[in-house]
Amino acid sequence: MTADKTPIIIAKDVHKWFGDFHALRGVSMEVKQGEVIVIFGPSGSGKSTFIRTINHLEEHQQGDIVVDGIELSHDVRNIEKIREETGMVFQQFNLFPHLTVLQNISLAPIWVKKWDKPRAEAKAMELLKRVGIPEQANKYPGQLSGGQQQRVAIARALAMEPKIMLFDEPTSALDPEMIKEVLDAMIELAKTGMTMLVVTHEMGFARAVADRMFFFDKGEIVESGTPDEIFKAPKEARTKLFLSQILHH
Amino acid sequence: MTANTTVKPPLAERPTLLGWLRKNLFNSWGNAILTVAAGWLTFVTLRGLLTWVFTEADWTVIQTNLRLILLGQYPIAEVWRIWVSMLLLAFLIGNSLSIWGKGKTSTRFTVGLMGLLFALAFVVSGPSRTWLLAMGAVLGAGWWLARGAGKAMRNVVGIGWVVWPPIFILLLRGFTPDEGFLPLVGTNLWGGLMLTFMLTIVGIVFSFPIGVLLALGRQSDLRIVRWFCITFIEVVRGVPLITILFMAQLMLPLFLPSGLTIDRVLRAMVGITLFSAAYLAENVRGGLQAIPKGQYEAAYALGLSNPLSMGLIILPQALRLIIPILVGQFIALFKDTALVAIVGLFDLVGIARTVLAQPAFLGTHREVYAFISLLYWVFSYAMSYVSIRLEDSLGVGKR
Repeated sequence: MTADKTPIIIAKDVHKWFGDFHALRGVSMEVKQGEVIVIFGPSGSGKSTFIRTINHLEEHQQGDIVVDGIELSHDVRNIEKIREETGMVFQQFNLFPHLTVLQNISLAPIWVKKWDKPRAEAKAMELLKRVGIPEQANKYPGQLSGGQQQRVAIARALAMEPKIMLFDEPTSALDPEMIKEVLDAMIELAKTGMTMLVVTHEMGFARAVADRMFFFDKGEIVESGTPDEIFKAPKEARTKLFLSQILHH
Repeated sequence: MTANTTVKPPLAERPTLLGWLRKNLFNSWGNAILTVAAGWLTFVTLRGLLTWVFTEADWTVIQTNLRLILLGQYPIAEVWRIWVSMLLLAFLIGNSLSIWGKGKTSTRFTVGLMGLLFALAFVVSGPSRTWLLAMGAVLGAGWWLARGAGKAMRNVVGIGWVVWPPIFILLLRGFTPDEGFLPLVGTNLWGGLMLTFMLTIVGIVFSFPIGVLLALGRQSDLRIVRWFCITFIEVVRGVPLITILFMAQLMLPLFLPSGLTIDRVLRAMVGITLFSAAYLAENVRGGLQAIPKGQYEAAYALGLSNPLSMGLIILPQALRLIIPILVGQFIALFKDTALVAIVGLFDLVGIARTVLAQPAFLGTHREVYAFISLLYWVFSYAMSYVSIRLEDSLGVGKR
């Protein structure tokens, strides 16, 4: 699926401290355009922190991050530019409760991309159809189920026509029966060739669409490989232990 | 959006008067005794009050001085301007009641207000009677016209509320120096309920944006801005309003170059506005803190700049949360304007004192203060009602 192009995300020796806590200890990763990356690992392993450094929701203190040729620095313009090109989906959805679904999705295209309202709303409706809930357009987020809210959040991120999508545990706050509808939307997105970084423990999703998987522990990448390599022949003991815990419970 | 289907209780439980009495007031010996005692107390108090209101009190003092109490010494020839503003206001209120009011309460409230205006019309005489009757009629008409109005009408009425205060002030003040269509009326002639209104409106309209800016400035990354805001807020909050008013009236002229004078009413307005802004800033800060971090992150992740995130995502939610607190503060502001009487302005309380000094009405304290208290209460309650309706229509606490 991946062509041999220059990587769209380059992270080199990224370090991050929260006070004394060393959250990221030299993480390096290169992601090519169109790749689907699954990042997994125990809680507190730094996996969420890492993908949040890519759009600068967390500031890394050492190392380099280059997104689509833009160096992530303190320059606010660079940060906003990278954020325009990366969409993000959160564990807690983070929809804007005072706006309707349609307004949630069309807000950023109107204000950041300066689209006129009809165009932004047409795009929003198209995306809502894609995630399967066009009939909810004029409701408020509080009136939707968790699964529906997360699908709106995906549509909201896609409305900015990003080159990269970051998913931070998108199904962890959902009831079991709603996980599938969100994963289906993500699988459909992966098949369109979107570059995706997904922090998740949904191994079924990883098996179905991941190109590569990264196992994080204690702020480091312990092991990486294709889903086949990781599931059938994990090299590291920590990976084996963790997989056995999440696959056989 | 809100389901307001009132579910009737099953037949057996449907309250009859007697049943209700037995259940709520006489369900045990102790309660029966309490009920009788409380009833007796209420009767004694109310009998005293009602006897006083209807037989002993001499309301001629109000009747004679009504214009003074409401308008101060505003020139009679120009009073029509106030009435025109009031007609506009009545129309807006009528519109708003039928758009945002709630079913029966809205009707009751409208009819009540009209009743009050018509009742007032009977108390007064001369052209005021006509104007008051017209106000009642316009209020009713506004209510009737806006029934079943769509979204466009709502926006028009919303804009009307924003445009009304400047129109009111401009009309009252006038703009042509001596002669002409609207001659200037000096603020030294402003007084009574009108002045109280004016101080309140200016206080609310200006302290709101200043307060929001102060709250944002207090969280700013720019150190000088932050320190300025913190200093301003803490200094102003640490001083009673009355001392600020004294400062504005007595100290300010000392610092100004001689010959340059600032209007006294304007000085009071500035004092009230700054005082209110400091409190408002802290309330807004409370609202800002109640917004989850995830809302900021979602806004930033979409590429929204800091000002856009604040203006589109954070502030609308924060302000919605603190509507009850804001209205509480505005009601307090309305009542606090009474303090300007102490520094020599003739607002409601100031006018009341001049009325009491009239030789013909010595010793009518009770009538005069009862009447202005009633005025304060009517408008405070109206603001409180508006707040509740506003919360309802914005869905505070529902989503």
